[in-house]
Amino acid sequence: MTYFLASVFLLSGLFFFLAGTVGLIRFPDVLTRMHATTKCDTLGAGLVLVGLLFYPGNTYLRLKLVLVIAFLWLTNPTAAHYMARAVYRTTEGEQDASID
Amino acid sequence: MEQLLLLITCLGLIILTFVSLYRAVVGPSPADRVVAINVIGTKTVIVLILIGYIFQETPFYVDVALVYTLISFLLTIGVARYLERGTIT
Repeated sequence: MTYFLASVFLLSGLFFFLAGTVGLIRFPDVLTRMHATTKCDTLGAGLVLVGLLFYPGNTYLRLKLVLVIAFLWLTNPTAAHYMARAVYRTTEGEQDASID
Repeated sequence: MEQLLLLITCLGLIILTFVSLYRAVVGPSPADRVVAINVIGTKTVIVLILIGYIFQETPFYVDVALVYTLISFLLTIGVARYLERGTIT
């Protein structure tokens, strides 16, 4: 049962990483690419790490995993927001021209 | 059996890392490259933790991943600030 739950979490996290990478390759604009990759950064990484919590390990290892999840969920949206603001401010006049 | 699942996830993430390296090389604007490098950094963190779980006798890979998360965040913040203002300071 534990193995089943771990496999569900790990494989769905891998699926979200796959979806984010396809979006990164296929989408036409910087902001749309960022929209795809932010989901794969937060949700995919969170699902894989939650799946790893079901594996055997001592308490400190699991505490470090929870710390990694907390850091990822804190830093990745912040970095994406800052990056999107920089892109929006530097290409302000050509926003309509870049959508085709 | 449990190790096989970890191996499948790790190999899939490594292949996806090389696929997203395409955007970092080809990407038309610097912002594209920074977004691709950010994704590669997150995947590297996950792969490091998975390696630490596959080789059970080396659990310090999780500490390396913990530090690498913060370094990748600093990289993205610095480059975004440079793109926005033209200087880092």
